Amino acid sequence: MREDGIIKKIKQINFGLMSPEQIRKLSVVKIQTPDTYDEDGYPIENGLMDPHLGVIDPSLKCRTCGYRGGDCEGHFGSIDLARPVIHVGFGDVIHKILRSTCNDCGRILLDDVEIEEFKQKIDFCKEHDENINDIIKEVYNAAKKNVCPHCGAEQEDIKIDKPTTITQGDYKLTASEVREKLERITDSDAYVLGVNPEVARPEWMVLTVLPVPPVTVRPSITLDTGERSEDDLTHKLVDILRINQRLIENMEAGAPQLIVEDLWELLQYHVTTYFDNEASGVPPARHRSGRPLKTLAQRLKGKEGRFRSNLSGKRVNFSARTVISPDPNISINEVGVPEMIAKEVTVPTYVNEWNIDEMKEYINNGPNVHPGANYVIRLDGRKIRVYDETKEKILEQLKPGFIVERHLHDGDMVLFNRQPSLHRMSMMAHEVKVLPYKTFRLNLCVCPPYNADFDGDEMNMHIIQTDEARAEAKSIMRVQEHILSPRYGGPIIGAIHDHISGGYLFTRKESVYSEEDAFQLIRKSHLKMPKRKHKDWTGKELFSLLLPDDLNMSYRANICRHCEDGCLKQDCKNEAYVVIKNGELISGIIDENAYGSGSGKILDRIAKEYGPSAAREFLDRSTDMAIAGIMKIGITTSLNDEEIPEEAQERISEHLLKAEKDVDELVDTYNEGYLAPLPGRSLEETLEMRIVQVLGEARDKAGAITEKYFGNVKDESLVSCHNKFDMSNHSVVMAKTGARASMLNLTQIAACVGQQAIRGGRINRGYKDRVLPHFRKKELGAKAKGFVYSSYKSGLDPIEFYFHAMGGREGLVDTAIRTAQSGYMQRRLVNALEDLKVNSKGLVTDNCGMVIQTIFGEDGVDPAKSDHGKVVDLEKVISEMRVNSNSKKSAKKEPYHLTYDYGKSNPKENPIFKWVNGEMYKQNKGKTEKVEE
Amino acid sequence: MKLDIQKHDLVPVHEILSEKEKEEFIENLEYDEENLPKILLRDPVVKEIGAKEGDILRITRESKTAGMFVTYRLVVDRDSD
Repeated sequence: MREDGIIKKIKQINFGLMSPEQIRKLSVVKIQTPDTYDEDGYPIENGLMDPHLGVIDPSLKCRTCGYRGGDCEGHFGSIDLARPVIHVGFGDVIHKILRSTCNDCGRILLDDVEIEEFKQKIDFCKEHDENINDIIKEVYNAAKKNVCPHCGAEQEDIKIDKPTTITQGDYKLTASEVREKLERITDSDAYVLGVNPEVARPEWMVLTVLPVPPVTVRPSITLDTGERSEDDLTHKLVDILRINQRLIENMEAGAPQLIVEDLWELLQYHVTTYFDNEASGVPPARHRSGRPLKTLAQRLKGKEGRFRSNLSGKRVNFSARTVISPDPNISINEVGVPEMIAKEVTVPTYVNEWNIDEMKEYINNGPNVHPGANYVIRLDGRKIRVYDETKEKILEQLKPGFIVERHLHDGDMVLFNRQPSLHRMSMMAHEVKVLPYKTFRLNLCVCPPYNADFDGDEMNMHIIQTDEARAEAKSIMRVQEHILSPRYGGPIIGAIHDHISGGYLFTRKESVYSEEDAFQLIRKSHLKMPKRKHKDWTGKELFSLLLPDDLNMSYRANICRHCEDGCLKQDCKNEAYVVIKNGELISGIIDENAYGSGSGKILDRIAKEYGPSAAREFLDRSTDMAIAGIMKIGITTSLNDEEIPEEAQERISEHLLKAEKDVDELVDTYNEGYLAPLPGRSLEETLEMRIVQVLGEARDKAGAITEKYFGNVKDESLVSCHNKFDMSNHSVVMAKTGARASMLNLTQIAACVGQQAIRGGRINRGYKDRVLPHFRKKELGAKAKGFVYSSYKSGLDPIEFYFHAMGGREGLVDTAIRTAQSGYMQRRLVNALEDLKVNSKGLVTDNCGMVIQTIFGEDGVDPAKSDHGKVVDLEKVISEMRVNSNSKKSAKKEPYHLTYDYGKSNPKENPIFKWVNGEMYKQNKGKTEKVEE
Repeated sequence: MKLDIQKHDLVPVHEILSEKEKEEFIENLEYDEENLPKILLRDPVVKEIGAKEGDILRITRESKTAGMFVTYRLVVDRDSD
């Protein structure tokens, strides 16, 4: 770390080309030998590992600067090329410049008037900091003349064979000739051609001398076997040197022109691939193993390149990663951290007189006992590792001002993250709870925001190192602050699966508990014990304990069947109409719409009106209760739940048979030419649409019949609803409450799987004019195009199975493609929007201060704090008022609390201190008094 | 036949601020006038209502979130952007 703290501000960056003189000036050594080390392992003088180029080994001194390895930044060398070589990156530019200049005199192919015109345009742009690319393009277009306006010479066509071969007419120009031509261009002509003579000359695009990067750029790796393995760049430089050497020898020996030209071309190839090994038209240079070499361009380019991987992407310390597993007993705000990890990652803590005893205890525990410490940083900044042997000595020295890097312990704030981090809820702050075993533990309610499950998912944890970061994380990144999603102003963290079926099972009418059982449930959900009432408790009474006393609301539960003959409201036989009056659950049951992730209405209300702490407490306690409840009642499902009586089976096959007949009839009318086309459709399209419609209806009917018969109700007393559903069937319970699966899933298992689709239509590929050879050509019937009559339970026949596999495969491919596409789309969006900001007044600007929107979202609404995106939910307000006006006693205005009072400050007990004119006043119980210091 | 583009459904109402309105508007602005969103001089609507470079247009359009929304744009003359 640098301590001097000199800050320099970059005022300007200039880009230009390096001249051969500059390269030579920069060079500390001329590289001539294509070898690296001699037999003893010492670098060869004038070789590619020359000690003048810098050192990596900290035990060696650099011959150029005298610094040791690590401090020496490295120094460039150079190779004098025997013959000039075109730089790959500039082949295109060279071609354009040659084409725009006279083959004979080298002047630009523009008359003096045009030159002056363009010059002024470029000057204007430069003055106004505007891009000159368009003007340069114009110049290249204008400078296409057959006769030179300066010397009158006729022009021959100049072509480029990418990347580096330039031909004039039929003659192939050598790099030397190209360089000569470029040398003839005057500075003022070059300026018009887009080459600023202050920083570059056209001929510098043809290399005569090659800079050799220092060894720090291309370090060699020593393998365990003692073998040395060189960097790809070194390999490439060796190639260049070898050919360069051979070229020199051949030229000196007066070898035939043909051989020299061959070697020259080879040199061009090596220099080209040294810069860019993926240039089109050039076979990539390969390692002996056949792996293409990673040369300069490849180091910078793309996702794994220097920019995206090393500069935009950073790696961090104080982080941990392991498999996750569920723990319903910890709060949503917490994360279970294995002791092993807690002992490895640390929190730097300043020692002061109030915590010195605690810190001493940690040091005394050492690095291997849990609430211990790993390092101590003394006042002079020295970092000392705590060992069992040294801890006595450290304890003696310890005094306020020291920093102790202590183990993670309960209550520490950490960031918890699961990739892909698609939204802000992918990274939230949790409180640590150190637990045994080796997995991170998390509450099930935070699975939806992380999109986590426990089939082997791993997650990352980052330990916050500074107090500012800790405070910030605690106030804005805590899990409870993210219960409401900004995507749709509703809860994203909420009850899932068993919480929901549990909520339903223990709040429905049949659930009545003896006082002992009820108290057990209350205790299990960590609630304050109520007074005995010497009567049985209903599930609704138990759930009411969780609700704030002044909560009034009504809504339709997820099990609501949207009866066509009008809603019975509170008298709903399904208990689907929920009414909460003064914090009492009067009617209705608790399911996904009450506190589920995504649509929980009660949770939404509590989060919005009582704050995040109350919402967290409600969620923790209610899920505890739901789980205690479901464990008392028990839930189980098997294939028996999808059993339907014979009678139902017959009705279903009747329907399907009829549908088949209808389809055949449609096909017949089509074949006879009587089918009337729908507006804007061809006959074929019409037929297809009609068939799909008929088959869809048939499947729906089969589903409806199945639903009616589900459970085959024998015991009427078990049926909680006036018709249709048997809610003793746990599969149906799960589907109807929104816990898991849907009625569609169940009817597919029990009755009929239905039409298989590819690209949104019936299956239409395979053999010529038919999908499978079992059908006649051009057959249009239901079965031939992928309608599955069977149910999953009865099993599919081979043809149906094949169709089903086709449809299933499309689903898989679609998801794979969708993730890739949406990932790239998101990357582009993020790049476009990342530096927009909203100021305190709602003004949206970019980083230059340009206004994007005068009011955020045009309505200034924070979607996370809105009612599902709207400013107010009138319906909600009205329904609340209705319940309010019906209730006889007025709502108690007591702060909502369950086990303890969280957060909401009571003005009676918490005096407010204010500073007025340098004096402190205390405001308490409405009185203001001056405080003497 | 020439179509009045201002009558088209998808074209919101554009109005040129009068000198007085413009002065008042700029005075109440919390940011530089140059930072306003721009509209090109060769924009069909700008040509239609005959706005000049440096004018500020008041654009009243329907908004999904706010019902009606008023925004302002500065007329600039540029080749391309």
